[in-house]
Amino acid sequence: MTAVIDFQSVTRRDGKLVRLDALDLQVHEGEVLALLGHNGAGKTTTMHLILGLLSPSEGRVAVLGGAPDGAHAETLRRRLGYLPENVSFYEQLSGREVLDYFARLKRVDRRQVEELLDQVGLGAAAHRRVKTYSKGMRQRLGLAQALLGDPRLLLLDEPTTGLDPAATRDFYDTVRGLRERGCTVLLSSHVLPGVEPYIDRALILGGGKRLALGSLDDLRQQAALPLSVRARGRGAEAELANQLARWDDPRIEARAVNGHEVALTVPPDAKLTVLRRLTDTPGIEDIELLPPTLEHLYTHFSAGLSPAQRGDAE
Amino acid sequence: MNAILTIAGKEFRDGLRNRWVLAIALVLAFLAVGIAAFGAAASGGLGFTSLATTIVSLATLAVFLIPLIALLLAYDAVVGEQEAGTLLLLLTYPISRTQLLLGKFLGHGLILAAATALGFGVAGAVIAVGAEGVALAELATGMGLLIGSSILLGWVFIAFAYLISVWVSEKARAAGLALVVWFLFVLVFDLGLLALLVSVEQGGDWLPWLLLLNPTECFRLINLAGFEAARSYTGLTSIAEGGAFRPTVVTAILVAWILVPLGLALRRFRHRSA
Repeated sequence: MTAVIDFQSVTRRDGKLVRLDALDLQVHEGEVLALLGHNGAGKTTTMHLILGLLSPSEGRVAVLGGAPDGAHAETLRRRLGYLPENVSFYEQLSGREVLDYFARLKRVDRRQVEELLDQVGLGAAAHRRVKTYSKGMRQRLGLAQALLGDPRLLLLDEPTTGLDPAATRDFYDTVRGLRERGCTVLLSSHVLPGVEPYIDRALILGGGKRLALGSLDDLRQQAALPLSVRARGRGAEAELANQLARWDDPRIEARAVNGHEVALTVPPDAKLTVLRRLTDTPGIEDIELLPPTLEHLYTHFSAGLSPAQRGDAE
Repeated sequence: MNAILTIAGKEFRDGLRNRWVLAIALVLAFLAVGIAAFGAAASGGLGFTSLATTIVSLATLAVFLIPLIALLLAYDAVVGEQEAGTLLLLLTYPISRTQLLLGKFLGHGLILAAATALGFGVAGAVIAVGAEGVALAELATGMGLLIGSSILLGWVFIAFAYLISVWVSEKARAAGLALVVWFLFVLVFDLGLLALLVSVEQGGDWLPWLLLLNPTECFRLINLAGFEAARSYTGLTSIAEGGAFRPTVVTAILVAWILVPLGLALRRFRHRSA
């Protein structure tokens, strides 16, 4: 299977500043990839390279089978949807007019405009000027714009900033629907807990370098971060805490949380040992297992960066 | 081609909606009628004087107003969309940068053309009805020439505005530069030329050619050429007489004044990074 996006040791420099440093990346059809990283880590640069807005200083970029900054751009751009960060559309136009304008420019059947407005929940507000839209509505209009012409590749830069939790969920449901239709989705986000359930793989960037790439399971395995286990039971605090205070494995740490709960930090390979003992411990009513979240993984992988590399420059 | 028309259509509709067209037309019509009606005020009279005086006055008005209007209309064409974030989006659409800029030029050009034709057209109609003893044919030719050359002059400054707009990265700076351009071409150039004219004691045959270095002077030359009687009122442009300053030639030069900055703006826009 050929990759929809293919980066071969791509480097991008602006003067002396290295925006992206020898990045290798293959994204396959129907995949949802999250781009994670600090400000200035190279997320936006990566997207701009895919869009052909920038050309690589070294290396090779291929998107849907061609270089996005060359003659291939024209065909590519009709099969591509992009939602930039912080876009404010033409304030004096209505939502429908904005979408209609973009549909004409993309040479898309304009019947799609109404469908998309309904799909993102702007049907009732379509005649209103964008000036009166809330941040969330603008973001949804942006998404509708990106979805024009049934794109095969969708690039979403910080798509959920400004969306309330319900709108965020709706948004990711849309993304899931697109993926089922074979659309490849690349999204960057700061809001880590939100994206977790919806992505196939994550690319963690830092200082222009690839720090980690893989599915959540892969990343968990690579990081080998401890999980946390919470055991809740009846009985006095001291009793439960005492019972669980000592472990043969020195890596396991126990800590009483409150009257009837103990939190354990457990390395992945000791998980079953701990669970067995917990189930055998009398008085325990509930066991909660919390694998490391994307946020933990992200912190783990970007921990090695110096503050300068983390670069709050942008 | 389709994309150019789409963009032009949007710009034009924006111009109608935010009342640019109406505002420009009203200002031009109001001032033009005023000039026509009180043309004799300077000599102590009241009412319409001669067609030549009126045309010269209107041309002087246009020299000040049209470039200013054009620059204000178009200075944020690119940098404005850049600040709003829509430029980045448009650049990922299947349209070329040339199409984008030409579409905008067409749209802005039409706004200015419609407003100018409307404004001066209304003024011409008022003069035709209100003033006594005006040769209608002569009035129509004079006003037609004025409107046509005003539109060309406006396009020149729209092209300048685009050149500024693709060069800078902040809207405020673009606005500042637009005012500088207006100031240079409309005010400073005349003063400089006047100083030269006074200081050059002999020779100076080359001086009239300098007029062609300023599109506003080209505009004056076109409008005054048709009126023998206007010569006495024309001030600086009276130094330009003779074959090379035929209206057709000067018009061609004015068109070049549109094409050169627009071409430079296109070049700059195509080669700059997003």
